[in-house]
Amino acid sequence: MDTIFTRGPSLNIRLTLALVLSVTLIFVDHKMDGFKSTRVYLNSLMSPLQYIANLPGLMLSESAQRLTSQEQLLAENQKLNNQLLLMSEKLQQFEVIAKENAQLRELLQAPVRLASKKMVAELMAVDKNPYSQQVVINKGAIDGVYLSQPVIDDNGVVGQVMEVGSTNSRVLLIADVTHAIPVRSLRNDIRFIATGSGALNELYLEHVPHSVDIQEGDTLISSGLGKVFPEGYPVATVKQVVRDESRPFARVIATPLANLDRLRHLLLLWGAEGEPELDTDEKASKPADNEEESSDA
Amino acid sequence: MRKRNLVIWISLLVALVLQIVPLPTQVDVYRPDWVLVVLAYWSMALPHRVNVGVAFLTGVAMDVLVGTTLGIHSFGLSICVYILAANYQRLRNYSVWQQAIIIGLLSALYHLLTFWVQHLLTDIYFRVDYLWPVVTSMVLWPWVFWLLRRTRRQFSIS
Repeated sequence: MDTIFTRGPSLNIRLTLALVLSVTLIFVDHKMDGFKSTRVYLNSLMSPLQYIANLPGLMLSESAQRLTSQEQLLAENQKLNNQLLLMSEKLQQFEVIAKENAQLRELLQAPVRLASKKMVAELMAVDKNPYSQQVVINKGAIDGVYLSQPVIDDNGVVGQVMEVGSTNSRVLLIADVTHAIPVRSLRNDIRFIATGSGALNELYLEHVPHSVDIQEGDTLISSGLGKVFPEGYPVATVKQVVRDESRPFARVIATPLANLDRLRHLLLLWGAEGEPELDTDEKASKPADNEEESSDA
Repeated sequence: MRKRNLVIWISLLVALVLQIVPLPTQVDVYRPDWVLVVLAYWSMALPHRVNVGVAFLTGVAMDVLVGTTLGIHSFGLSICVYILAANYQRLRNYSVWQQAIIIGLLSALYHLLTFWVQHLLTDIYFRVDYLWPVVTSMVLWPWVFWLLRRTRRQFSIS
């Protein structure tokens, strides 16, 4: 029934209302960050759709797993065994070196870095928004994920958590235009800031003077200065250095080490300095205990 | 009445899911605007039931799913659906192919609007690649039109 009485407000008024509402939403969300808590609920509300959207891919990979032949499995097993052997050999050395490092740090009276908690997360969806590089992972507030938590994969730094839902969360990749990560060169410890370019395979190093010693092939690792990413994880390798004297700075392009376009299993790291308050309270209480003990003694 | 509304909402949900289904990056550029096309059909067929309000809500849902700043997609979708709902009598008389061209134009408008709003918020750059969905949406329109008209007649929604 379409009578003049059942129509409600006219189309123009509806449009005006919708536009005003949209602009308010944009303003409140972007400029004032007013939906931080609401976003968790909204994300949780929408997560069933994401799980449904993820189903076809999941089924495909599962059936592919079932259909792999015994030969392939054997070959893979062989490969993994070899890898395990190599890794455990490295680990043996690493343990000695870690111990030595801890001793040296103690001698220097520098704080000893402790092993942090880690958790494996799986990729759920890649974002369809061409203007920003984000992925959704299957761990959320229930698992203790927190805002701006560092995320890595087996090759290097991937990004940081930008939104937390109850069962899933959104990760901003280091290649996003709004993302920047403090890094240093592994070869000579020069510090840089690597900003995303918007393309998955490129990072730009900002404000690099022409005279700086940087070469193609240099490895960049996280410097831990931003207090978001822990120190020492590989981030990128330098792909191209253009020293055009007519420009104020050298143009340096780096390639992220993590395969940002084929992420599958990711590692969430705890224990960076930007941890939520609950844990830092615990940390803060520990040295206080020590002080009490020492004063008792 | 309830059941009919349900069909509309289910079709929109399916469109939202199709909009976010993970695809390989090579194909991803060509993903059509499922949500826009489905909304366009309903707002042309039933402009008194599906118009700016529904577009706004779907837009907000899409913002949450896609991870953009809230309000960006609702802004774009509201304007596109307003244009359709205001001209539905004329558009209904066009052939499907002419309608497809209109859908292409709307899709272009939608992408330019969302780009423009996001450009104001963060410094992003425009690439012609972003307009591929215009072409695929045009190709998709006749099929969606046929499918949704069949479902509409099946459930006799009016």
